[in-house]
Amino acid sequence: MKAPRFAYARPASIAEALALLQKHGDDARVLAGGQSLVPMMNFRVAAPKVLVDINRIGSLTGIKVTKSFVRIGALVRHVEVERSADVAKHLPLVAAAMPHVAHPAIRNRGTFGGSCALGDPAAELPACTLALGATFVVAGKKGERRIAAQDFFKGLYATALKPGELLVAAEFPLPKPGYASAFGELARRHGDYAMVGVAAHGLRKVGKFSDMRVAFFGVGDRPQRASGFERALEGQPAVDGALAKLDADLEPRADLHASAAMKLHLAKVLADRVLGGLAA
Amino acid sequence: MNAPLETVEIEVTVNGERMKRSVPARVNLADFLRNELELTGTHLGCEHGVCGACTVRVDGEIVRSCLMFAAQADGCKVDTVEGLSDSREIEELQSAFVLTNALQCGFCTPGVLMAAQALLRDETNPTRERIREYLSGNYCRCTGYQAIVDAIEAVAKARAARSAR
Repeated sequence: MKAPRFAYARPASIAEALALLQKHGDDARVLAGGQSLVPMMNFRVAAPKVLVDINRIGSLTGIKVTKSFVRIGALVRHVEVERSADVAKHLPLVAAAMPHVAHPAIRNRGTFGGSCALGDPAAELPACTLALGATFVVAGKKGERRIAAQDFFKGLYATALKPGELLVAAEFPLPKPGYASAFGELARRHGDYAMVGVAAHGLRKVGKFSDMRVAFFGVGDRPQRASGFERALEGQPAVDGALAKLDADLEPRADLHASAAMKLHLAKVLADRVLGGLAA
Repeated sequence: MNAPLETVEIEVTVNGERMKRSVPARVNLADFLRNELELTGTHLGCEHGVCGACTVRVDGEIVRSCLMFAAQADGCKVDTVEGLSDSREIEELQSAFVLTNALQCGFCTPGVLMAAQALLRDETNPTRERIREYLSGNYCRCTGYQAIVDAIEAVAKARAARSAR
C-alpha cells in the first residue's frame, strides 16, 4: 500500500526540529532514514499527520572520537558506521554487527539513531549499546539530557524518549585494555531481522571471563542483558557451565520464525558459539 | 522549509536531466519516477523494502525508492535503470544476464542490475558467496538465483581480467 496523507517539514536545525515536534505533539513523527517508519506508514500501522524530516540537520551527523568516548550522531547512516575506521578500531562489536543490519541498499539510508529510537526488539544496534554501556544524548525543550542504554529500551518499540524529544547521538565509552567483544545472530536470510542474536563485551584475563556484558536480541520485547548468565561466567574459562542460567534470564516469545522453546535453544547454541569464539 | 506542507516543490536531477516538480508529500520516489516521469523500469513489488525491485541510485548510492518520499529527493541526483542502460554503464551486465538466462519474467531484473552494478563498482573481484550476500536484499521468484550469480561473476571476472592486462 501507499503511505496515508501527511504534511512534510524539513527543519535545518535541531532547534527547528524541536519546535516542530513540540508544536505538533503526538501528530508528528521524526523521519530519519525511513527504513522502518516508511514501511510502517505503507502498511498503515503508522499514520502521522506531520513528518519532521531531520535528514538535512548537519549537527546530527558525524562520528567523533574523544579521550573518553566514541560519539555516533543520530543521523549517521549504517553504511558510514560499517566503513568507519574509528568504529573498527574502538568499537569492534559495532563493526561486527553492521554486516548483519539489513541489506546494502537499506544500510545506505537507514540511520544509527533511527534504529535505536525505533526500539525494534530484534535489531542489532540497540543490543550493542547495551553490551557496551553506551549513553544516549537526547535534546528537548529544556536542553540536553543523557540516558544510559540500560534505561533507554522500555519495551516493544518503546523507549525512554518523551514526546517532543529528539535523539541526537550515542556515546560509547572507549573500551578498557584487555576487553574484547563478539557478535552473532541467526536469521533465515542474511540481512533479515534476527531470530536470536547476541552481543557480548568483557574482559578476557588469563584465559577467564570477567566483567562480561551479554545482550540478547530477538528473544523478548526489547534487547536485554542476561544477568544470571553474566554472573555465572565470572572467573570461568569456558561458557558451558553458565549456559543453563539462560533458562531463567530469557523469556523468549514465539513469533513467526520460531517457538519460544526453539528460541531459547538457539540462544544457548549462539551464546556458546559466540562467547566460545572469545574464549578461543 | 519549516511549515509542514502536503504538496512540496522539488528540484531533482533524474538520469542527468534537471527538473522542477510539485509533488504530494505522500508520494514515494518509485511512484514519482513511474507515474510522473513515466520511467517504468523501476518496479514496485512489496512496498516495504524487502524485495529490492525498486532499487535506484540517489546521489550515487543504491536505495529503496519505495522507502523514500519524492519530497526527500529534492536537490538530489537520481539514477534509474533507464539511465544506466542508456549510458551503457550496465551494458556488460545486461549481456551477461541474457547469455546466462539470468531472468525469466524480468520483474526483479532492474533492481538486481542496480545492486549488481553497485557491488562491481565497489569491489573488483567478489566471490560467489559475496555476490549472494550482497544481493540478499533482492528477491527473484523465477531463476533460483544461480544464473544471476553466474552472470555477475562472469562480468566481475571479465573486468578483473581486463584491468590485469
